[in-house]
Amino acid sequence: MIRFIFLFSLALFTAAGSGLAQTYAITNAKAWTGTARGLIEGATIIIVDGRIAEVRTNDAALPSGATVIDAEGQWVTPGIISPFSRVGLVEVNAESSTNDIAAGSSSYSVALKAADSFNPRASTVPVTRLDGVTRLVVAPNAGDDIFAGRGLTANTSGAPGSIMDDDAFVYIRMGEGGAGIAGGSRSAAWARLRAALSDARSFPARYLAHNEGDALTRVDAQAFGAASRGDQMIMVEAHRASDILTLIAFSQRAPQLNIVLVGADEGWLVADELAAANIPVIVDPFQNLPASFEQLGATSENAARLIEAGVITAFSHLGDNTHQSGLVLQSAGNAVANGVSHDDALAAITIVPAVIFGMDGLGALEPDAIGDLVIWDGDPLEVMSAPTQVFIDGAPQSMESRQSRLRDRYLGMEPGDLPYAYKRDQE
Amino acid sequence: MKHWIGALMTGALFALAGCQDAGGSEDAASGDDDDRITINKDPYPSTYEAISFNPVLITNAIILDGEGGFIENGSVLMQGGDITAFGADIDIPDDDKLITIDAAGKWVTPGIIDNHSHLGVYPSPSVSAHNDGNEISAPVTAEVWSEHGIWPQDPGFTRALAGGVTSMQILPGSANLFGGRGVVLKNVPGRSVQDMKFPGAPYTLKMACGENPKRVYGYGGGRFPGGAPYSRMGNLAGYRTAWAEAVEYKRKLDDYLEDGGDPPARNLELETLVGVLEGDILVHMHCYRADEMVQILDLADEFGYEVTSFHHAVESYKIADRLAEAGVCSSMWADWWGFKMEAYDGVRENIPMVHDAGACAIVHSDSDIGIQRLNQEAAKALSDGRRAGLEISKADAWQWLSLNPAKSLGVDEQTGSIAPGKDGDVVIWSADPFSVYAQAEQVFVDGALVFDRNDPARQPVMDFELGQPGEGDAK
Repeated sequence: MIRFIFLFSLALFTAAGSGLAQTYAITNAKAWTGTARGLIEGATIIIVDGRIAEVRTNDAALPSGATVIDAEGQWVTPGIISPFSRVGLVEVNAESSTNDIAAGSSSYSVALKAADSFNPRASTVPVTRLDGVTRLVVAPNAGDDIFAGRGLTANTSGAPGSIMDDDAFVYIRMGEGGAGIAGGSRSAAWARLRAALSDARSFPARYLAHNEGDALTRVDAQAFGAASRGDQMIMVEAHRASDILTLIAFSQRAPQLNIVLVGADEGWLVADELAAANIPVIVDPFQNLPASFEQLGATSENAARLIEAGVITAFSHLGDNTHQSGLVLQSAGNAVANGVSHDDALAAITIVPAVIFGMDGLGALEPDAIGDLVIWDGDPLEVMSAPTQVFIDGAPQSMESRQSRLRDRYLGMEPGDLPYAYKRDQE
Repeated sequence: MKHWIGALMTGALFALAGCQDAGGSEDAASGDDDDRITINKDPYPSTYEAISFNPVLITNAIILDGEGGFIENGSVLMQGGDITAFGADIDIPDDDKLITIDAAGKWVTPGIIDNHSHLGVYPSPSVSAHNDGNEISAPVTAEVWSEHGIWPQDPGFTRALAGGVTSMQILPGSANLFGGRGVVLKNVPGRSVQDMKFPGAPYTLKMACGENPKRVYGYGGGRFPGGAPYSRMGNLAGYRTAWAEAVEYKRKLDDYLEDGGDPPARNLELETLVGVLEGDILVHMHCYRADEMVQILDLADEFGYEVTSFHHAVESYKIADRLAEAGVCSSMWADWWGFKMEAYDGVRENIPMVHDAGACAIVHSDSDIGIQRLNQEAAKALSDGRRAGLEISKADAWQWLSLNPAKSLGVDEQTGSIAPGKDGDVVIWSADPFSVYAQAEQVFVDGALVFDRNDPARQPVMDFELGQPGEGDAK
């Protein structure tokens, strides 16, 4: 890998996102495809013009002009997808001037678009990319309304135009958190959600006579329109089994809705019901504590039991989802330690979130897929492994972050002519 | 400062108690007057008792001894609660009661010691009634003791046990300049915190640098008594004011012990600080920024005490040489960063860079989730260090999890490594504990099996969990 990185060190910034026709051949790969082909040893992956052209094991000649990368038998996976994060919305959480996650003082709710806040050059983006994450689902957080606003999907190239869908889903907080925000009870949160749904579905007619709906302003009702018709995903956070059952009942009365559940620490208690309702879930395999009264049933086997029951299950690292969303790989590894198969765990951070969020062409290594892939130095789910090279849209990405620059500045400090602190590193 | 002085006047009414405590008689011994009043330094003594268990012989194990040693195929013998032998070839006692565990293919390490936990003081569930970790009523609360806020029924203790944690330090939070005393626990469930207290462990003192104290007090707009500190300048002034009072109080105590007369009124806050000045209480200081740590080292010199470990210490890599020179430990995360300004310069090679400079590196959790997989945190740090060119063995890295934290807590004579004579605090791992797939299979504390992943009878369930969803479930 060293030779390869050297070759590309100059080309990285021009190649990324440039859309130039480039052909790459990654040889000698242990390719985890995310398809029925499973894991392919000794694979060659051909990338042409930003897309995967072929994943093969034969000795056919490589395309002329291809840049050849020898993976040396190491793992190659599709780019990892973080199905729930807040990367790019904040630099320093405690500094409100840098923090665009929530807007508790705003008079708007559903109308809040996280895409307006997303900064592809945030320092968290390359840090997350260096963990192997190439695509992000980014959600706002609820301020003083159960409707946090609308989330986005993006790649982690850090380049302008890295947002894929700037209006990907509506995020709604239910459960204990939602109850507190909505006025003090779960009943209040559900009353508000039902009223908002009614407002949105009767928009604009209802607003011809009145400026205000039952729950939403004109602007918020309009923003909720697509989701209320099922044309946009609704992401609901809830944990307690009874809250999840309430959500399932709600979805059965409004079957047009396109719902994904996030959190679901007690999801295993109602796994069959979730599977029957065809509601996908995003869980954090780390959660095994009764951290609140809505998480009493939390267990590290939640993920395994949901998958066993046939629930479409993706993994996320919900703990620090701003700066350490890349820990989703460690989460997935822990899920394996607690009963999930290695294949299912990798799928839960690649093809499954791609399917949930309709990211066509992502999450798998197959012909015509988007050229997102990661070359690793070991089993991707192992805590001692790391990517050696990340590709996005068929282009190798910079493997530097502000963190790696700081590390290099202080690594092997030697006294010189100038004091340690007197430095100007050259990129 | 005036507020807390006022508050303590109430405490001062309790003049030195006439407790003739044998354990705390060190002060009295220096005077010749038998009527001299002494202070009981251990009024809430440990009632911990090791669980009775047969002798255990673990064989065929891959052993990391926690002191940098590695044995590819070795045995560990525990008798009477202690490790009595270990190595590639040991004498096996002739004892009918000996339990032999064939650990072929498994790894054995000393139990993990987390020197930064808030289990019990911020327990699960984290409801408002359970916020017992920060006495934020004043910036200097050296008089409070974390053990007085610990709820021993915290289910988090059992999850940490399943992660191979055999001892831990429970610290007050970092809201205050002086947060109060920390306590070292054996991770064995008890009905009272005294039932968990590590016998013979010294007390510790939690102090905090930087953003937290000035945010909680100064930024609180006067909501909390004092209004100071508002700035890092105020932080330093606050430490110095308190230490100056402690020096003065110590002089009065010394004078009394030397010359008799009226004893100085008891002052619980200053007693803790005097304990530090006398070397009996170890200072654990929350400090992120390199420049602040250097200032704190000067502060300690100014008043004649030692800092045992900086905590969080996300910028230790910038001053690793100075920390090595000062002999101060850094208790660190593998990869937390960016959640506040003083954490913005966190790098993933912090732990190995500190280690590589010859300074004392410790992996800590500060988290009820992180404490469950500190071995994985060490693994991440180790691999990041290796990728940066720092050659560190797994055997050396395990010191970050056991011997170094034991040293920082003053219990390294008792635990922290697999060595004859030390407590039988030992973990059998299903696989290489630097792997994400490894799990603690069996955990021993003082030679007794306290957790067994394959035996529900050895998986404690806390009172709180009884009758709740998930009671006794796999956690």
